[in-house]
Amino acid sequence: MAVTHDEAVERTDERKSSWVERLYLREIVAGLANTFRHLVFESPFTTQYPEETIPYNPRARGEHILKVDEQGREKCVACLLCEAACPSKCIRIVPGPAPWDDRERYPVEFEIDMLRCIYCGFCEDACPCDAIELTPKPYTVFDRRETALYDKEKLKNNYPQDWRERFSDGYGKQTGPPFRREAGDRSLIR
Amino acid sequence: MNISIWNILVAVGVVGLALQIVPGLIWAERKVCARIQGRRGPNRVGPFGLLQPVADAIKLLTKEEIVPAGVDKPLYYLGPFLVFVPAALAMAVVPWGHDMVIGGQRVPLQVAELHVGVLFVLACTSLGVYGIAFGGWASNSKYPLLAALRSSAQMISYEVAMGLAVVAVVMTAGSVDLREIVAVQQGTWFGVVPQWLVFKQPIAALLFLVAAFAENNRLPFDLPEAESELVGGYHTEYSGMKFAMFFLGEYVAMITMSAVLVTLFFGGWGFPGLVDPSSTSVGSALLSFAVFLAKVSFFLFFYLWVRWTLPRFRYDQLMMLGWKALIPLALFNVVATGFVGIL
Repeated sequence: MAVTHDEAVERTDERKSSWVERLYLREIVAGLANTFRHLVFESPFTTQYPEETIPYNPRARGEHILKVDEQGREKCVACLLCEAACPSKCIRIVPGPAPWDDRERYPVEFEIDMLRCIYCGFCEDACPCDAIELTPKPYTVFDRRETALYDKEKLKNNYPQDWRERFSDGYGKQTGPPFRREAGDRSLIR
Repeated sequence: MNISIWNILVAVGVVGLALQIVPGLIWAERKVCARIQGRRGPNRVGPFGLLQPVADAIKLLTKEEIVPAGVDKPLYYLGPFLVFVPAALAMAVVPWGHDMVIGGQRVPLQVAELHVGVLFVLACTSLGVYGIAFGGWASNSKYPLLAALRSSAQMISYEVAMGLAVVAVVMTAGSVDLREIVAVQQGTWFGVVPQWLVFKQPIAALLFLVAAFAENNRLPFDLPEAESELVGGYHTEYSGMKFAMFFLGEYVAMITMSAVLVTLFFGGWGFPGLVDPSSTSVGSALLSFAVFLAKVSFFLFFYLWVRWTLPRFRYDQLMMLGWKALIPLALFNVVATGFVGIL
């Protein structure tokens, strides 16, 4: 049932506070005690970013990696499905005949414009060979447009092993909501 | 009055000290604020971010001075100085420590030994509002104008309560000379409780404290600045060093108010068992000065502490508090003090 304006006003006015309460002295003292507790006893929440980082959720969508098989060959067969699926048209593939026997095509050139990419992950969904994947590596800051064009070699090595190890205790375990931290908890900070 | 080299040194020292405290205070403000909010505060410029105020000052000094079109030039330029100068001026009558004797010559740790110190302080601190009013009026802009109006109205509501609180102090101490007021606060009850006026006049002390916050435009009474309502308040149209002057004035006024508060209610430079009021040695005088500074620092911290605890009052609440609560309470306190004095 809808509450009329008058009723709402009446309800709000229902509880009259006594004059002691209206002095707010107790509340002011309680507030001061609270802020003092924060000031003296609680440690800051801050992650000092350039020096410290906390791991992203492993499901976070960051920069891409072109996966390779055991022999170091890229898994990509240049089917161009990712290029077709990409809503921002940031993938450019030049296919060519594969130098290996087990497949017909391979990407001669594979380039992603990281400035155009919106990190939607559609390319990963579209790929039939699990060749392209979005990693939790955060977006890089570029100072030149050319450096934002990632070629095949760069993409193959985009998520190096040490990065994976760096976040190893977070990687692959947490799949739920983003990591929760209490104030002063520095266990995840690297 | 003979002016010796020592008097000049003390005067220079006091002004220099006040100006030196300000950067530290700004740093402390940012650090306290940060820690209360669970942050770290400045920690990039210098160790513990201690050089942050220096960086800020360099920034403000090198900024372009923008004078908006249509400002009332004389008042616009006068505003920032009228905030800073009275605040610094009021410090002249505050006794920073007890007298010392150097080479047979009495050197007071006070710039001007005025016999009407209390009145001088009240007069000076009230002048500060003119700077805000001039700045707000001359800016030719709506937000500063509203801030100026607010500031004036706020000043009228609080000055009365503050004056009446001080009247009670003067009645108890029997003098308007700040030296005398400090002198009567030396000694103890039962050998432990210092005879500070805050114990004799708790209501006056509370009123003065609240009024001091309003006088300095500090939260919860920072309505003339009210950045969430009035952009920047009275200094919206100011930039560069003129803005810095307002800023400096606010912090110097805080120091002055804390010093006056300590002098009136918290025994000034005295501390039972630590400072011997009858001594005239240089060491003892410096110790009394350190005690005074420590007390002032506590109240400066209290300013910061309260600022990051309480939300801003609404304008009508502020007026209500001033006229309907503080002034009647102050009047009652004066009458009660009178009765106690007769008995």
